[in-house]
Amino acid sequence: MINNTDAVRLLDRKRKGAIIVPTMNAGNVRFGLPSVTTNEKLDLPLSGAMGKASSLGLGIALAQPQRKVMVLDGDGSLLMNLGSLVTIANKGPKNLYHFVFDNGAYCVTGGQPVPGADKDDWAGMAKSAGFPATFFFDNIEDLTTGIDEVLQTEGPVFVHLKVAPEIENTPVQFRQRGRRTVQQAFKDVATAVAGR
Amino acid sequence: MATEHYESVLHPPAIVAELKKNKVSHVVWLPDSETNFMYQLLNSEPTMDLVPVCREGETMAIAAGLWVGGKKPVVLIQNTGIFESGDSIRGLGLDINQPLVMLVGYRGWSRHGLTTDSAARFIEHILHAWGINYYLIETDEDAPRITLAMEEAQRTQKPVAVLVGTEFGA
Repeated sequence: MINNTDAVRLLDRKRKGAIIVPTMNAGNVRFGLPSVTTNEKLDLPLSGAMGKASSLGLGIALAQPQRKVMVLDGDGSLLMNLGSLVTIANKGPKNLYHFVFDNGAYCVTGGQPVPGADKDDWAGMAKSAGFPATFFFDNIEDLTTGIDEVLQTEGPVFVHLKVAPEIENTPVQFRQRGRRTVQQAFKDVATAVAGR
Repeated sequence: MATEHYESVLHPPAIVAELKKNKVSHVVWLPDSETNFMYQLLNSEPTMDLVPVCREGETMAIAAGLWVGGKKPVVLIQNTGIFESGDSIRGLGLDINQPLVMLVGYRGWSRHGLTTDSAARFIEHILHAWGINYYLIETDEDAPRITLAMEEAQRTQKPVAVLVGTEFGA
């Protein structure tokens, strides 16, 4: 099992100018990408919107084909938007890397189990949807040694990460909020990549 | 007393001409019963990339990514898809101030009798509830309203809908 913060820290260190779209645990202000990022202007954290991080990432990847886009998805999130695997594979963006942080739980709502946890085969689903390359890691050592190969593989690439859940029970209105508003995050990325 | 009948015909080239005039880069879409002729034309249009999706809620999110990446997408779906897309319109349309034009097939609507289809009866109420302005197009002569919608979306930095109130002619 991989620690959530260790995973986002490693992916951030390997980003080399990639845009990162994290959601749920991977985008958490206290222990997700915002807590370790080295390039906030290229981070586009997405909360809510019912599992659309993969779709948002696809749009960016199509608009910016010369730049890598890393989506840090949740398992519960992707279950809400499973069709996006087919949508992504159909368009086939070579610069899209879709990581799923599989922690088996709806962590932001108190840790209820995700349907199919420990039964579903994420990499198998992605492969069946048409992803040309899939990877699986369940410990930080293998991820550390394997991440370069992942990011050198032509996309779209799907990466299943078995991650320890970080469960939040604090009511939403009392949780720590991000330093930037969502509008500011979109402005920052648009300015950085499209000069707007 | 004889009733005068006006045939409303909207041809895909009129729509595509408007999209090209506005330099639309991508059409993110899921087909509805009214768009087959449109699909054939868009598929052969070199200046725009079609992005087909599996479910309508993906369209606003993909469009948001294209927009933040410097492109100019539109969404083309049916009114039933708007209902399905509620949280995407909220989170990735309204909340992020995306100037997105959504072309929406107005399934079930008719100005020539009762509108019994709930998809048609509810759609304008839903758009009102979200504060999303909309335009209705039924003929080629109405097509320039797409430009009005594009201009309004840019000016207000908000989603704007264009309801396609008739089937596309061949």
